[in-house]
Amino acid sequence: MKTVFAKSVPGRTGVLPPSPEQSVSDMLPADLLRRKRPALPELSELDVVRHYSLLSHRNFSVDTNFYPLGSCTMKYNPKFCETASALPGFAHTHPLLPQIEGGEPFAAGCLKAVWECERLLREVTGMHAFTMQPMAGAQGELTGILLIAAYHRAKGNKKTKVICPDSAHGTNPATAALAGYEVVNIASQNGMIDPDALAAVLDDSVAALMMTCPNTLGLFEAHLPLIVEKLRAADALLYYDGANFNAIMGRMRTGDAGFDVVHLNLHKTMGTPHGGGGPGAGPVGVAERLAPFLPGPRVVKNSDGSFGLNHDLPHSIGKIAPFYGNFAIVIRALAYMLRLGGNGLARATSYAVLNANYMRARLRDHLEIPYDRACMHEFVASASALDTYGVHALDLAKALLDKGFHAPTIYFPLIVKECLMFEPTETESKETLDAFCDELIAIVERAKKNPREILDAPLTLPVRRLDETRAARNMVLTEA
Amino acid sequence: MSVKEGLLYTPTHEWVRVEDAEAVIGISFFAQEQLGDLTFVDLPAAGAILSPGKEMGSVESVKAASDIYSPVAGEVIAVNGSLENNPEKVNISPYDEGWMVRVRLSARPAELLDAAAYEAYVLATPH
Repeated sequence: MKTVFAKSVPGRTGVLPPSPEQSVSDMLPADLLRRKRPALPELSELDVVRHYSLLSHRNFSVDTNFYPLGSCTMKYNPKFCETASALPGFAHTHPLLPQIEGGEPFAAGCLKAVWECERLLREVTGMHAFTMQPMAGAQGELTGILLIAAYHRAKGNKKTKVICPDSAHGTNPATAALAGYEVVNIASQNGMIDPDALAAVLDDSVAALMMTCPNTLGLFEAHLPLIVEKLRAADALLYYDGANFNAIMGRMRTGDAGFDVVHLNLHKTMGTPHGGGGPGAGPVGVAERLAPFLPGPRVVKNSDGSFGLNHDLPHSIGKIAPFYGNFAIVIRALAYMLRLGGNGLARATSYAVLNANYMRARLRDHLEIPYDRACMHEFVASASALDTYGVHALDLAKALLDKGFHAPTIYFPLIVKECLMFEPTETESKETLDAFCDELIAIVERAKKNPREILDAPLTLPVRRLDETRAARNMVLTEA
Repeated sequence: MSVKEGLLYTPTHEWVRVEDAEAVIGISFFAQEQLGDLTFVDLPAAGAILSPGKEMGSVESVKAASDIYSPVAGEVIAVNGSLENNPEKVNISPYDEGWMVRVRLSARPAELLDAAAYEAYVLATPH
């Protein structure tokens, strides 16, 4: 399929925008005017409509196919969340409105929605306060670690290290390093954080431990209370990576469990479709002693019941993102929580965990399950046994594409060889899970009898195997 | 499984060839095999001081990124700059053309595995 640039025909136009009343050169200073025309594609309206409609048909999404991409929570998002966020009062309000003098009452509904979403997230997580600003999980992580740094600075603590278990998400060490901390890795023991390994590296120089719970093996960190106790003794804080929040939502509160900082991926857990690179929302919740450092402005409810913005935050780490984060995602999360209610959130979590365990039990006789015990919302299998046939995790993933299923996450976490990580989510039916397991089992059997068939997959997609190595070694990021 | 005789190895899968007061460092056949096709090699600059067990660079493949730990103490006196544009040399020839740095040793290498011990170590590692 040609790109929209390759389809361009000189002189062809679509809709003609109205001409400005005066000449552009009268309105803009000469040094800001373009010297040559921008290199935009020239197409008719129909050309453009067809181009993007055809592109959308090639899109693979959870609206069309099962998408068990581990640790990504590619669940179906109810359409009413879209309706709520598109309400004109939300969609058409200018974000500056509540920041101009006297503007707050005109944006009262929007401010109330942010405040309510914060309140419900506090209730769901047991954290003391939230900021809705971060626009993605990684930005939430950075916000969280900057809050931890601010806390230690205010106390006069000299902290230089952040501990990241080898079962944590890959962004955790990257976040700690970006914030200027030395990253200390600790090895898991039997799929869990090893309290002895933690004790061996824990001292006064440790600022925090970043935990993914359940971890990337889909296992709940059984030593959590002991870890909290050890960290408290060293005045080190405990960070909760919310990427796997879909395993505990409505069933366990991070604040009650002793976490000091938590980020949530609203675009995974609460009502926003994702996978196309955004938009996301990574709000961060904190324990009371970290609340003064949150980014501002913060939405407040005044004593007369009105809503406003508080800019007077002398200890704040400052802005992390413009305005109030990705506001439309906040609205979707609010709609999601209100529609499901507390019991609904807990039920969704139960089904997410049940579905993962069902798949694990169906696949255990066909693929090695290195940690074959009750899992949370996801689990990890290994394709190592197919090594002798020359078939690897990557090949199984490609063969699934031919069957209309998105591949699971592969080669992550790094602690399991030939890793395949499955996360079915709560929104899938038993029929879908069975269809997927049947196909995967058949692929494994074919790999043993006729490996070539699997190595040649995919055969039915617009593209065959992409040369990932060449793509990474020789990147071409622009239209030639 | 290919382990080259005459080299010393680390449990983190680096190799060292000691040549009098100097040493050449790379990563083992097993390491490159586990990583898959390398896409990026990040090495220390000449003049960098290395300490045993400390991070000296990293390698990246389509599957994963992994740190390289120095097996020895010393100063980097030469770097295999060709790996910047041709990281596949590490896959094709991990013990020769895929060498990474040459170091002037400040201490005799200690606590490294010989070829037989490294081979036994790799065989015992679940993979």
